[in-house]
Amino acid sequence: MDTHVITINQLTRCFKETTAVDQLSLEVHTGEIFGFLGHNGAGKTTTVRLLNGVIEPTSGSMRVLDLNPQMDGPALRARTGVLTETPSMDERLTAWDNLNIYADLYGVPRADVRTRINDLLTEFDLEDRAQEKVGGFSKGMKQRLALARALLHKPELLFLDEATSGLDPIAAHHVNNLIERMARREGCTVFLCTHNLVEAQKLCDRVAILEHGRLVALGTPAELTRQYVCRLDVEIEVPPEQIPTTLSILRSLPKLVLGEPAQPNGALVATINKYESIPEVLACLVQNHVRVYRLAPQEANLEQVYFRLHEEKEGVQ
Amino acid sequence: MKGRAIFAIIRKDLKVVLLNKGLVVPLLITVLVFFVVLPGLSALIPGLVNSFNPDAGEIEELIRRMQPGLQQELSGLNMSQKATVFLLVHMMAPMFLMVPLIVATTVAADSFAGEKERKTMEALLYTPTTDRELFVAKLLSAWLAAVATALAGFVMYSVTANTAAWSHMGRIFFPNAMWLVMIIWVVPAVAGLGLSVMVLASARAQGYQDAYQIGGAVVLPVIGLFYAQVSGVMYFNIVAVLLLGLVFWLLDALLIWLGSHSFRRGRLLGA
Repeated sequence: MDTHVITINQLTRCFKETTAVDQLSLEVHTGEIFGFLGHNGAGKTTTVRLLNGVIEPTSGSMRVLDLNPQMDGPALRARTGVLTETPSMDERLTAWDNLNIYADLYGVPRADVRTRINDLLTEFDLEDRAQEKVGGFSKGMKQRLALARALLHKPELLFLDEATSGLDPIAAHHVNNLIERMARREGCTVFLCTHNLVEAQKLCDRVAILEHGRLVALGTPAELTRQYVCRLDVEIEVPPEQIPTTLSILRSLPKLVLGEPAQPNGALVATINKYESIPEVLACLVQNHVRVYRLAPQEANLEQVYFRLHEEKEGVQ
Repeated sequence: MKGRAIFAIIRKDLKVVLLNKGLVVPLLITVLVFFVVLPGLSALIPGLVNSFNPDAGEIEELIRRMQPGLQQELSGLNMSQKATVFLLVHMMAPMFLMVPLIVATTVAADSFAGEKERKTMEALLYTPTTDRELFVAKLLSAWLAAVATALAGFVMYSVTANTAAWSHMGRIFFPNAMWLVMIIWVVPAVAGLGLSVMVLASARAQGYQDAYQIGGAVVLPVIGLFYAQVSGVMYFNIVAVLLLGLVFWLLDALLIWLGSHSFRRGRLLGA
C-alpha cells in the first residue's frame, strides 16, 4: 500500500514572467504533520492551490490521496480541508450559518450536520457565539471558526496556510494545540504552510524549506539542524573570579571558538565551530585550572537552518 | 450537478445580500417608486388633464403621434382614460424592465465581484463544487432575486394602478395581455441580461463598485426602449414584446456562454 498522501514530481507553475513554484519534488507520508516553510511569496500558497486542483500547473505531475488534482479536483477536494491564509468567512452571517452552508457544500450527511457543527463549535470554544455574526469576532475566533469549517467533513488531508498568522501568542498557542490534537487524534495528515519556524519545529514531523519556489531542504527538524548548522553555542558556567581567565583562554582558540564570547546574564556563551570540538575546549579550560561547573551545548533549531539556507541563497556572508 | 451544493450557494448569496442594508435600502426605494408611487400618481390624471387644457388638445396631439395600433387601442376612451392607459400600460412598460435589470446587476455584482473583494471566494473554491456548479449557482441567485422582485412588483403595480385609477377608469384595466407576456417572457430575459453582463464585468473588476460601474451601461438599451415608446417610434404590443424577449434571450445565451468561459477557479483567484 502506498504510504504517500502527496507525491509531487518536478512541479512548476509560472505566472507570466514569475515562476512561483519551480521544479518542486517531494512526498508527504500518511499521518504526518508536514511543514512547508518559506518567506512570503516563496510559493507556499500556490503549491496548496495546485495540490487542490484550484489552479493548473505549467509542468510536472502530482498525486494527492491517489488522485490527480487536475482531473479529479471535486473528488479530491471532498477529501481535503483547507484553512486559507485569511479566514475567508462571510462576516454578515452567523458562525452557525457559515458552517451550515459549508456542511452542504462538503456533502456532510444531513442527519449529521447539526451534531457535527455543535461538536466543532464546542471543540473550538465558540458554542456561546454560534448565533452571532462573524463580523464581530476577533481574528483568533475567526481563525478557529475557519479551522472548524476545514474539519467539517472530517478530511483525510488538512492544508493549513499560515494558520496562526496575525494572531496574538495565546491565540496562536491555542490554534497550534488544536492542530496537533486534531492531527494526532483524528489521524489526518497535515500540510502546514508557515514562516513561523518555532511553530514548525514544535509541530512538524518533517519540513521542506522553499526559496523562490525551489525546494532547498527537506527532512526532520533534527536532520536539518545536523546537516546545516555546523557551529553551535555553548553556555559555560565558571566561578565569577575566573571569568576573565576563561575569556582569554577562549580567545586564544580561534580555530575552535568563533567570534567573541558573549556574557549575557552573567553566564559565558561561546560559539564553537562544531559539536566534536567540545571536549577539546573543555580540556583546554581544565588544563588552565579553570573550574568548569557546567558546559551546556544549546540545541540548534530550524531558525538557524532557515537563516543559513537563506544566506547561502542570497550570497550573504 | 449537485443540487444541494447549488442551493447552499444560492441561499448564502441571497442571505448575504439581504443582510446588506447598503444594497437593500436603495433597492427597496427603487421598487416602491416604480411599483407604488408612479402608478399611485395616476389618481391625479383627471385633474392634470383638466388643468393643462379644457379640450385636452395637447394630450390628443401626443397620442396622435403614436403608432396606429396604440391609437386604435385607445379609441373609445375619454381623455382621462386615454392618458391613464397610455401612461400606466404603455409608457411604463419599458420602465418596468429597469427593476429586474437593477436587481440582477446589483445581486450579481455582489455575488461575483463583491465576494472577490471580501476575500470569501477562496474558501468556496476549495469545496468539492465544480466550476459549472459554482457558475450556475451564482447565476441563479441573482436571477431568482430579480425575477421574484419583478413578480412581487408586478402584483403591487397592478393593485396600485387599478385602485388609484378606479375613479376615472371604473373597471380593472391592468394588466392586459401584453403585460402578461412581458412578465412571463421578457422579465426573466432582462434579468438574465443584467446578470450575464455583470459576470463579464466582474471578471475584469477588482471589487463591487468597479463591477457595478463597468456593468452599469446595461440599462442603456432599456432607456432607449422608453424613449422609442414615448416618441412613437415603437409601440409595446404582444408581437413587439415577443420579439424583444427573443432578442434578450439570444443576447443572454451569447453573454452567458462567454461568461462561462471566463469563469475558472484559477482566474477567480487572479491566477
